Amino acid sequence: MADMKEIKQVLFGPISNNNPIALQVLGVCSALAVTSKMEVALVMSLALTLVTACSSACISLIRTQIPGSIRIIVQMTIIASLVIVVDQLLKAYAFETSKQLSVFVGLIITNCIVLGRAEAYAMKNGPGMSFLDGIGNGLGYSAILIIVAFFRELFGSGSLLGFEILSPEWYQTNGLMLLPPSAFFIIGLIIWALRTWKPNQVEPKE
Amino acid sequence: MIEAYLSLFVRSVFIENMALSFFLGMCTFLAVSKKVQTAIGLGVAVVVVQAITVPVNNLLFQLLLKDGALAWAGLPNTDLSFLGLISYIGVIAALVQILEMTLDKYFPSLYNALGVYLPLITVNCAILGGTLFMVERDYNFGESVVYGIGSGFGWALAITALAGIREKMKYSDVPDGLRGLGITFLTVGLMALGFMSFSGVQL
Repeated sequence: MADMKEIKQVLFGPISNNNPIALQVLGVCSALAVTSKMEVALVMSLALTLVTACSSACISLIRTQIPGSIRIIVQMTIIASLVIVVDQLLKAYAFETSKQLSVFVGLIITNCIVLGRAEAYAMKNGPGMSFLDGIGNGLGYSAILIIVAFFRELFGSGSLLGFEILSPEWYQTNGLMLLPPSAFFIIGLIIWALRTWKPNQVEPKE
Repeated sequence: MIEAYLSLFVRSVFIENMALSFFLGMCTFLAVSKKVQTAIGLGVAVVVVQAITVPVNNLLFQLLLKDGALAWAGLPNTDLSFLGLISYIGVIAALVQILEMTLDKYFPSLYNALGVYLPLITVNCAILGGTLFMVERDYNFGESVVYGIGSGFGWALAITALAGIREKMKYSDVPDGLRGLGITFLTVGLMALGFMSFSGVQL
């Protein structure tokens, strides 16, 4: 087992230093579609973190047995089975939210974060560390999702988690914030802020 | 008949554009759009994969997975639709792997240009999204062929357009922190706003 410093690096690195959405450009699709409400974004983050962590651990366990040429199919099968489990669980215990997420739970399968981490990390490292790496990247994804959802729900419908914050008596809700393109602008601005804070992430001039 | 197919095609290319109205396939969309040539290569690959997978998954859905679809095998009460996700992704992954081997053997230059993004077509949400929309709307076989080609083509169109804009953007002076990914997000946001104007078109 690796020492504490490496564990910390694997677990918390992806939140700011190596964020899956802002730096690795992975898993953007769902970040745009499910962020109009905080509640949905939270459920989605939880589901994705669980799937990433469990799939990384499973794939890492059998990484020496998988033949290189069909590795993607093997990885997809593991991920798809986990997603079906999550989908059925959501339908059983949180039916309303699962309806709002619609096809996007199914699209966790094709969320690049899950497969990207399986390819880049789990194929080379032990199951314990892969599990932590999955959780770390899930957290990085969740951080962006929650920030975006916070702004979109606050300014788009004047509430947070369904509770009214900005009263409609004096606050005119901004309909643009509820439309998906606004998520692009917010993520773009988050990237700007993040790179001003950590200048080593700035891309070199072409 | 022809008219219905034509309107479905136009709708899937412009009004329901995979990339700019449903925001599917964003990861590759943002990452591989630096050069027009690579973008076109990837666009073609997506059209091919989409045009094959949507009809194949349509057959799979209609003949095996749909509620009561197994009536021909003497099992009229079986509903296998919960196995949908895993079978669709299996078909997609297998097809992409075959495409990868074919390109490696016959078109090595395209294979090298696409690099790591070819296996990532498997996880391109546009491909699985196309299949899921096809299932949700219960298209028949003919419609699924048209929808597959149309939605793939719409995605290819969008990535080529974005690559064109980004090639020009090399000459503009973007603030340091926004350079690259940040400004791309803002550009795609504006493009998406533009494409929203198609949503009022009635066919």
